This record gives sequence, structure tokens and C-alpha cells, in this order.
Amino acid sequence: MKLSVKWLNDYVSIKPDNRQFSEALTMSGSKVEGFEIEGEEITNVVVGKILKIEKHPDADKLVVCQVDVNKGEPIQIVTGATNVFEGALVPVALDGSTLPQGIKIKKGKLRGVESCGMLCSIKELGVTLGDFPYAIEDGIFIIEEDCQIGEDIHSAIGIDDTVFDFEITSNRPDCLSVLGLSREVAATYNLPLNIKYPEVKGCGGDINELLKVEILNSELCPRYSAKIVKNVKVGPSPRWLRERLRSSGVRPINNLVDITNFVMLEYGQPMHAFDLRYINGGKISVRNAVKGESITTLDGIERPLSEEMLVIADEKAPVAVAGVMGGEFSGIMEDTNTVVFESAVFLGSSVRKTAKKLGMRTEASARFEKDLDRQNTLPALLRACELVEMLGAGEVVDGIIDVDYTDKTPKKIHLDCNFINRFLGISLTDAEIISYLERAGFKVEGEDVIVPSFRTDIEHKADLSEEVARFYGYNNIPSTTIRGIAKASLSDRQKFDKKVHETMRACGLSEIMTYSFVSPKIFDKLCVPENSPLRNPIVISNPLGEDTGIMRTTSLASMLDTVSRNYNNRNLNVSLYEIASIYINKGEDTLPDEKDILTLGMYGANVDFYVLKGVIEALLEKLNIKGASFKTVSDDSMYHPGRCAALVINGEQIGVFGEVHPTVLGNFEIDTKVYAATICMDALFSLEDNDIKYKPLPKYPAVSRDLALICDTSVTSGEIEEIIKASAPKIIESVSLFDIYQGKQIAEGKKSLAYNISMRALDRTLTTEEADNAVNKILKNLEKSNIVLR
Amino acid sequence: MKQQLLNIDAEAKKALEGINTAAELEEIRIKYLGKKGELTAILKQMGSLSSEERPIIGQLANKIRASIEDAISKKDSELKESGLKEKLISEALDVTLPGKKQVLGHKHPLTLVLDEIKEMFLGMGFDIVRGPEVETDYYNFEALNIPKDHPARDTQDTFYITENILLRTQTSPVQIRTMEQKKPPIRVISPGRVYRSDALDATHSPVFHQIEGLVVDKGVTMADLKGTLEMFAKKLYGEDSVVRFRPHHFPFTEPSAEVDVMCFNCHGKGCSLCKGEGWIEILGAGMVHPKVLSICGIDPDEYSGFAFGMGLERLVMRRYQIDDLRMFFENDMKFLSQF
Repeated sequence: MKLSVKWLNDYVSIKPDNRQFSEALTMSGSKVEGFEIEGEEITNVVVGKILKIEKHPDADKLVVCQVDVNKGEPIQIVTGATNVFEGALVPVALDGSTLPQGIKIKKGKLRGVESCGMLCSIKELGVTLGDFPYAIEDGIFIIEEDCQIGEDIHSAIGIDDTVFDFEITSNRPDCLSVLGLSREVAATYNLPLNIKYPEVKGCGGDINELLKVEILNSELCPRYSAKIVKNVKVGPSPRWLRERLRSSGVRPINNLVDITNFVMLEYGQPMHAFDLRYINGGKISVRNAVKGESITTLDGIERPLSEEMLVIADEKAPVAVAGVMGGEFSGIMEDTNTVVFESAVFLGSSVRKTAKKLGMRTEASARFEKDLDRQNTLPALLRACELVEMLGAGEVVDGIIDVDYTDKTPKKIHLDCNFINRFLGISLTDAEIISYLERAGFKVEGEDVIVPSFRTDIEHKADLSEEVARFYGYNNIPSTTIRGIAKASLSDRQKFDKKVHETMRACGLSEIMTYSFVSPKIFDKLCVPENSPLRNPIVISNPLGEDTGIMRTTSLASMLDTVSRNYNNRNLNVSLYEIASIYINKGEDTLPDEKDILTLGMYGANVDFYVLKGVIEALLEKLNIKGASFKTVSDDSMYHPGRCAALVINGEQIGVFGEVHPTVLGNFEIDTKVYAATICMDALFSLEDNDIKYKPLPKYPAVSRDLALICDTSVTSGEIEEIIKASAPKIIESVSLFDIYQGKQIAEGKKSLAYNISMRALDRTLTTEEADNAVNKILKNLEKSNIVLR
Repeated sequence: MKQQLLNIDAEAKKALEGINTAAELEEIRIKYLGKKGELTAILKQMGSLSSEERPIIGQLANKIRASIEDAISKKDSELKESGLKEKLISEALDVTLPGKKQVLGHKHPLTLVLDEIKEMFLGMGFDIVRGPEVETDYYNFEALNIPKDHPARDTQDTFYITENILLRTQTSPVQIRTMEQKKPPIRVISPGRVYRSDALDATHSPVFHQIEGLVVDKGVTMADLKGTLEMFAKKLYGEDSVVRFRPHHFPFTEPSAEVDVMCFNCHGKGCSLCKGEGWIEILGAGMVHPKVLSICGIDPDEYSGFAFGMGLERLVMRRYQIDDLRMFFENDMKFLSQF
């Protein structure tokens, strides 16, 4: 919302220091986003009168003017413009003057003739045809204002205002007006507010003979006020009005339209002007649209209406969408004779819904949707009529239509000074609190605070405390520490999360963060089978684009996207992890299951399947999770069928990892082997064992035996290890593979695996015999599975 | 014989002077002290001596043996020392060659700063809570005093799943869930992902992170809010940072405030970092609206509270002078490895 200092001064007498004013208003709740000093860049430009025009001796297209700038002798200026004439008042940029966009004017010679400045066009002064409709665009600005020769251009043509730009929060629609902001300024500086109720003389007649208004839905339209102006004279508005509109960023059109815009800006009340000719039957009905009805709006677009939309209709059809936009023939035309001014209030939520559904948010709807002051329709209407008379734009017919279903009893809130002090943590006297409230426009009667009708946002004593705080000053409230002792610590789950993060980083993996929504195309990219439940994600109904259309049901695609970006950015060795949610659809109108997944992704020279597995094993060790087994997975379409494993603990699969399937990698435009894993964090957390008990260090030595075994290539090392461990569980401390061989020295289809087996008894030194017996038992058990000593 | 012994002594010592290697030393040891050595040879002739002479010569022989042994061992350590010295010299390295790369994992910069903030609030007695990202309209809006078709919904362009289910636009619904589940005193922060339908560019992302906080207890005041947030701002931005509280509007707090910290670049004068305002907005805050307390089943006549919230990305961008928000979600190793 823009506020012109000139306009502000109609209501509050103040000459603000721009910075101090910005600060003061910001700190009392109306945030100043910036200010603009009109014509700030223009210096040393004055009004001049052209005394004499002569042809340039050496240029056909130039003329030489003698211009009186009220500084003794006239000055000589050369110009190429053709619209100048002797006696014209023109803007003269003197030697050493500046113009908008950093233009500097200096004395010089044009084709050998001295020119001591420049005559300016409106564009060169940074103003428009809207501001000065009588001017022309390509030519010198011939000033028709009431001004003096030699007068500074700022005051001469009225570009001497300062305009502040306010950010108005949605709870204060009253501040979307000059009057509302003036109230705030008056309250902030504790200055008097000079409001004059508009006065209309009238021209006789009776509005009720020309127009009838009925409201058929008083919930959506609690009030509809109207006045009629006849014998209108459509023409341009006077300069002062145009200046006001310009300062608010509104383009002047004609006096009647300008008046409705002016009143909207000044009073915050949107108005509409209908041509009475086009109101069939002389009757306005405020009603819901009927099924199948449509309206062609002012912008020429035909819009279908639905039954929950409120319209302004005549006997035949809708003439406006209530609070949003008028119909095609409802506006002011050149031959308009009689105008109906509408000043009404509509229910905010209804206007908002309608505007949204029709896809047209207008200046009016943006205001109505915030629920406007229901007692403001009449003052605004009368102000418009007052302006009509002031501008001589028409004759105001006597009488007023005011269909009013509003409750005029002012809102009352019990004054609880103790609460206000307690809530804010301050200690003001009752009188101080009352004075702050009165400054803000409230009246205090006994124990009641009377809320002014324009404060539609005030409902509760907490709201009153904010009013007191605003004018007492937020920064005058002390800073205290919360009473009571609070102990806080990480939950077990948070400690667990932290441990997983730390372990991943200790293993050399870096953390990534990716979007939770993905493209539905990822399922094809990941080669997910058609019937997979992964293909049933939560779908966003209004996504930014297809790429972010669904909530992910797998975290792998986000990881592979990241890997792909790194690969294509030529990062050679990349090891990444992410801990983030996937979203499992639980059916419509039910919140999904949000499951945290640990996702790993790595590629590079020193990375292979077993490096990835090593990371997972390190994590299990850190979390003290025992009994993990790794089962071959050959049917997961995202992974290499021969290089994929399931992480199984206590019979439950809690993760999958392996080399990503080359087809999938191709789909992600990755031309190197990538190793990835997804592990369920909830499962890891439930398995984590923090119950660590110290075990004494072994007192007796271990016996170590190496076994080189031969078996079919299909036999896994996991199976062999299980057999070995099960053969002498009491004394086998560890089994570790140290060599694998497959080649000429052994039969085809066979492989050799060499293990070191460490055996130890806790209570004695193991004898050679015991160790030999154990090895024999191992070999016997292995033989049953066709695994023999090499 | 005495003279013979003295000669051996002198000879041996002279021989020791000229040697440089352990092998030569061993040769000398064998020559003079060995079983077939010169000293042994002389001692073998002891039998021919008189009983008076024997102890004298014996004593002398032992003395000479000890003396030679001593000289050899001295020489031995000398040789060892100089050998070690030589070895060490020959092993000298070019210390300017690069170290062998150790692969370290990096925290994402957002996590780095978030962890720091969590620590601060843990220290101030705030527990950390989390809630669902896919939320109901009720928790995200209605319970926060933002009914359907309320203009405040405009400022938070929302992704909807169905009419009643959406991606949370703020972490505030976690506050509602916390108040429903827990009796005051409550002191929590709720960090997490939030979603708004802003197109991705250098300063906006449809996914970003918020950290919100909530305190509810008997007698909590706006002065407490100020004290708590000032303490936090000073921890985050330094003890000498200047903080101001500016009136604002949020539907779920009353009074509401925005918290600014004086621009650390220009100290309030106005510069490009603070867009000429001299202040940088860091937090939104306010006293929990009594309506919101009531909705959550907490009696607003008995309890009061305050809430605050901030965006993580902007804060981290300022901290590390990152000028493009997209870097956070692109996860290029060259970016990640800087933190």
C-alpha cells in the first residue's frame, strides 16, 4: 500500500523525516518497505517562457529559442522539437541540471550555435500522459499549469510528493487505505486525526423513484448502499486528483472512474459505478448465480458462474460478480448520463472463493476477501458524491439506498489490565493502558473496551495486549528468562540417528539432501515391475511440474540422480548417503507412512560391492547388531542379478544393497558401476543394542588353523562360514576368509576358498588335540555339502 | 710374558682405531679375545709360570682382557651410532610431497548449522520433536487459526494431495500435535522439511527447512519470548549482535513479532546484504493465540506460551556466503566437501 505524504497531510499534520518516519511506523506495526521521493533525480529544472523562436542558421530541423527563466537576460536554447511556440511555458533544464536516469545537461554548441540547456518532454521529466493528459508524448511539454516563470519544476507541475510503501498484513484491511494509515500515523506520533464527514448538497429528486435494491443472501452481502448521480459530465480529473492517484500507482482514466478509485484508496472501500441505462427494470438484486448463468466481464471474457457465487443482477441477468468485477456494460461510457454508485460489503471467504475459481483477483476482491468494515459503506459513498459535486462531474440525486443487515452493536471486550500486564511481562498502570488503547482508536467505557468497526481483526483480550504493546513499543518490553528448570536431552531415536550419521561420515560418505517429491517416471527408470506397490505413490494434485508430481516411495532414484549429477560433473570418487523419508500410500484420506530410509550410493576407483558391504558391516558393528546374514537377491530389477544382497536380521529383511543394474544406470545416464543400498532406519533402531557389558580380555592363547577348501562355484562363502561356525561353536572365535582362487590349478566349475579359523577357550589353554578334533569335525561337516580340503 | 701382554693390549687398541665396519671389529675381537686368539694363547702358557708370578700375570691378563673388551664395546657403539646416523640420513623424505588422502565424509551444510541450533536449544531446555510432512489441513491450518478461505493461506502456496491432506507449509502442525499429546510445561523445537509451491530459483525452493519452537507454561510472558530469542540470536550471531522485535501478524500468535538482527555487514546503515534496510529478518514469533491453546485442550486462562520459527536455508546461505539456494539440493561433491 502506497501512502503519499501530501494525501496523509489531509488527515494528519506532519512533515516526516523519511528515515525516522519509516522506522517509527515499522516499529508500531505498519512496516515501511521503502519510500520514493518524486522527482528526486531532477535538479535545476525550472519553468521558462519562450520569448522568441528563430531558425537555426545551419540546420533545417533545429530552431533557436530565447527563453525567459526569470534570471535577468533570457537564455538561448536550441531544440529540434516542432511543437514549441512563442509565449509557451516549458520545462527548462538549465546548465548543470540533472534528469531521471542519471542524465546530466550541460551548456554546449549545436551545429555552431550555443545552447544553454534543454527544453524537456514529459518523458524526460519521468511523468506520463496519464498525469498530464493535455501534453503530447513526442515533443516539448507545454505547461498549462498555474505556475510562475522561473519556478522550480517540482512545485510547478506537482512532482514534489514523497510516497511510502507499506507492507500491510492480511489482518489489517483497514490499513489498505489512506485513512487507515493516517490513523496509524496519528496513533504512532500521538497526533490529532482530522476526519471530516463528507457533505453532499444534492440536486433534489429521489433515488427511490429510479432504483430498487434487494439482497437475497444477506449472509454473503450484509450491506448494500447506493447513490445516483445524473447528468454526468465525463472528462479528465483535476491535477490534484490525478496526482493522488499517481502517487498510489493508479492510472487516471476519467473523472467518474477516478472518483471510485480515489475513494477506494482513501476509504479502503471498493466502489462500483453502473450506468443506470443498463440496469434492466431499474432493480438490483444481490443473489447467488443460477445454474447455467454466465457473465461477460469488463475485460470482455465470458465467464461461467456457479451457484455458490454471488452476483449483482438486474431483472434479467447478472451485471457484476459481487466484489470481484463488473459486467461488460456496467461501466462508465462517454454517453453515460446517469450513474449508480455501489458501496457494499461482501463476505470475505465467499469473494475469495469466487475470485479464485474465476481466476481473477482484482484490487476490489483483494480487499473484500479480508472482510471490510461494514459501517464504512455510507461514508465512502458520500465521499464519492462529495467529489462529484466538487469536480462538477454531475448532479447527485437526493436520497440514499442502504439495505443493511449488519449488526451495529459495537464489539466489546472486557478490559483486563492485569492480563495485559501479565501476558506482556510489563507493569503499566490502568490509565497508561487505557491511553494506549485510545490512541489506537478504541474507546474505554467502564470495564469495557469498545472496538471501532474498522478493526475487524480484534476479538480477544490478547488482541488488545498487542495494541498496547505496539504503542508502548515492543522494544520497551523487558527481556527475561523463562521461569522453571527444564531439562532436555536427545531421545533414544535421536541418539541413534546421530550415531548412524557419524558412522556414515566416518566411513567416508558425505551427506546429501534431496527432494521428497519425484517424477512418476522414476519407476520406469528404475525398471520397477508394473505390479509393484512402489508404483502406488501419494500424488500431489497441484504439483509445480511433472518432475515433482509424486511423493517418493523409494529413495534410490533421488540418490541415482545425485550420483548422475556428480558423475556428469566429473567428480571421480563419490560416496554419499542420505537419511530421509519415503512415503507409503495408505489410501485416500489417510496420512501416509513416512519411513526413514538410509540410502547409500558410491562409485569410483576404490569402490566395489565389498566396500559397500564393509560400510554396512561397520554400521552393524557400531550399532552392536549381531546375527546379520546376507542373502543373495537375483530378482530385484534395480540391481545386478548376480551382485545384490538382502540384509537379513532375525529372519527379517531390513535392507537391500548391491551393484545397480546396468540398464538402470543407463537410464540415469551413468557410465560407471554404482553401488547402492537402502536400509530401513526403523528396523535398525529396533535392533540397535546399547546394552554393552565389558568382557574380560582373554587370558589363554588362541590356536589358529588355516583351511584351503574346494567347492562348486555356486557355493557361497556365507554357507561355508555357517558350517564352520556351527561345527564347534564353543571354541571358534572367528572365521575369516583370506584367499579365493579359481583357475587352471583346480577343476572347472570349482573354486578354492582359504579361511583362517581362530579357536580359543576362555578357561584354559586349548590343546592341540582339541583343535585337531574341531578341524576334523569341520571337515566332516563340510564334506556333507561337497566341500573338501584342497 | 708381562711384556707380551702389554704388547697385545697396545696392538689391539691400535688396531681398533683404524676400523670402520662391524665385520672388522668382529675380526679384531676374534684375533685378540677369541678361543684361538692371542690373549688366550698367552694364558695357555700360564702353567709354565712360577706360583708367585701366576697371580700377578693372571691379574694383568684379566685386566687387559677387560680393557680390550671395553674398547671393543665402545667402538661397537660408536660404529652403531654412526651407522644409524647414516641410515637415518639415507632415509630422509621430501616432506613437501602430498599426504596420502584420507576419505572423510562431510555433513551437509544444512545439517551442520541445524545441529548447532539444536545444541543451543537443548542447552536451553528444549526437547526436539518431529511430525509428519504429509499433514491434514486441520493441523497445518485450521488448528492454527487459519480457517478455509482465509487470506493468510495466500502467503503459503500449498501443495495438496486431497482436499484435506497436504504437504505441510510450516512445522507449526508439530506444535499442535505436541500440545495435544503433552501437558505443560512444554519446551520444544521442531525442525523439519516444509513445502510451498514456489518455483526453484536462486532464493526459493519448493522444499526447505524450518525450525520452530514452542514454550507453554503458567505465566509465560512476551518478555520471556524476547529474552529467549535474544539469547538465541546472540548465540547464533555473536554476543555483540543487536536484535529488534517488530510488530507483525501471524494468525496463530497474538501479539506477533518479526525479529531482526542488525545487519552485520553495514551495522544498520543499509547495504546490499540487508537490501538497504540495515536489518535482517531472522525469525517470526509471538505469544501463542489463546484460541490455539483452547483448540489443543490447554486452558488459556491458566497457561500461556510463545512460539517462534525460522527458515534454515537463508540462515545457512548467509553463514557461508552461499549465493544460490539450489546448491543445497544438487549435492555436488565439490560443494559438499567444502563443509
